[in-house]
Amino acid sequence: MAILDTITKGILQQIDPKGFLQQGAFNLRYNGSSLCHGDSEHVKIVRKKDKPGIDVYIDAGAQGEQVHIPVVLSASGMVDIVYNDFYVADGAEVTIVSGCGIHNSGCDEARHDGIHAFHIGKNCIVRYEEKHYGEGEGTGKRILNPVTQAEVGEGSVLYLDTAQIKGVDSTVRKTEIDLGPDAKLNLTERLMTHDNQIAQTGMEVRLNGENSSAQLVSRSVAQGRSRQIFHPRAVGKNKCKAHIQCDSILMDGAEVASIPEIDAKHLDAAIIHEAAIGRINDEQLLKLRSLGLSEQEAENVIIEAFLQ
Amino acid sequence: MLKVENLTFEVNENGAKRDIIQNVSFQLDDGEMLVVTGPNGGGKSTLAKVLMGVERASAGRILLDGQDISSLSIDERAKAGLGFAFQQPPRFKGMTVGRLVGLAAGRPLSDDACCEILSRVGLCAREYLKREVDGTLSGGEMKRIEIATVLAKEHKLAIFDEPEAGIDLWSFSLLTQEFERLHRRGGQSLLLISHQERIIRMADRILVIEGGRMAALGSRDELLPGLIGQGSYQDCARLSCAEGEEQHGNP
Repeated sequence: MAILDTITKGILQQIDPKGFLQQGAFNLRYNGSSLCHGDSEHVKIVRKKDKPGIDVYIDAGAQGEQVHIPVVLSASGMVDIVYNDFYVADGAEVTIVSGCGIHNSGCDEARHDGIHAFHIGKNCIVRYEEKHYGEGEGTGKRILNPVTQAEVGEGSVLYLDTAQIKGVDSTVRKTEIDLGPDAKLNLTERLMTHDNQIAQTGMEVRLNGENSSAQLVSRSVAQGRSRQIFHPRAVGKNKCKAHIQCDSILMDGAEVASIPEIDAKHLDAAIIHEAAIGRINDEQLLKLRSLGLSEQEAENVIIEAFLQ
Repeated sequence: MLKVENLTFEVNENGAKRDIIQNVSFQLDDGEMLVVTGPNGGGKSTLAKVLMGVERASAGRILLDGQDISSLSIDERAKAGLGFAFQQPPRFKGMTVGRLVGLAAGRPLSDDACCEILSRVGLCAREYLKREVDGTLSGGEMKRIEIATVLAKEHKLAIFDEPEAGIDLWSFSLLTQEFERLHRRGGQSLLLISHQERIIRMADRILVIEGGRMAALGSRDELLPGLIGQGSYQDCARLSCAEGEEQHGNP
């Protein structure tokens, strides 16, 4: 078992709340290379030969198994680009806990670009959880640019749960999902920005298969002078259902732009979008204050719950 | 004990001042139940909000156990012992019912304790604990959860603003039983804003607010016949308010 330093342990607690135990199938990428790795009976992790990254092979015997593949960057000035592919066999059920934390104590920027591609077979259930987090006393920026691509096979369900907790100066997130017949996507994005941070999210879901469906929920809080831009897009190419919901809480001098796009290319494509941006509701504050919470405590509770 | 002295709340409308509440004075003893009733738009809910500190009084005093709480903020009044069930409770995205009830209790609650509180308002508790207090709940469910947030803690004075609004008959019956139980148990004073005869019948005393003024204040036996059409509460009002004048100096 690899011995981890205090900074790495602290970051792992933030980005892998299920617990990074170095058991079963796991891979810890640390400052650009694999620090430790393990396979399980049904999940094999193979290092790529042509570029940085791993191939994760999940066979049908995986039923309720977890795979932990966190990334920790603590070297200021490092740019780490990684390509991870996930091959999920028909009928498998798996939870993949990913995420990246940057500790930057220097004056140079530290950047991680994780390009994750999912190749999901038929009748699978895949849960993908990804948390992003930044910390460190340095002036160097902490940058995360994740790309998530997925082909979801017939009858499969993909739960995509992404969260940017705090401390990330700049992020450009790109998500592209293709859904086959009877495939389902449940995407939840939670985002917190503060100070002068910038976050851009572009997600496109293509509902290619008959009876495919997608639920996209984005909740964000923008504080300080941060800026967020959302551009979710659902394209219905068959008989399908999709629902996009973007809610943002705006605070201080922050800015949020939400540009949902729905594109129906089939008569039986039913697609809905909702977007709301606003400050914290006064009535919510009054209710919590009537329970004895101070205004600041009430605000914190509302934000915490909203991003839960 | 709550003592309200010459409470006035005015608003500025296009440069002109208008009284929403004018010179309201009454006293509420420990364990007493006062039902505030009267026509729509008469100022009942505003009175409740002014008592809780949601709105600030323009004049007058509010004393709780002798302490002047008129200048306290809403959260300070909550800490002083006031509980308040809003007429139209807000929805919270992401907040679970269990979390909200726990916040209301002011201490961590076990699932069982939380369920017990919710069952008092007729909610089949365990299935609600993880549900969000958002648009997926009906108006009636929201209302009952709102009442549960007040029941979650012992208060010196619990104020309920139209607790019956939006609640089905079965739940309403359960709710009145809960108010009766609270009242019988004593300890905390209860102030209910209501139009419901069944709730008005539970009151020790009744305050009628009309046009922002006290139209009547008296015991249930004095005022109820007039309120349910067997007489005129205005007759009683003259009597009761005359008594009030002596006590509180009302006009």
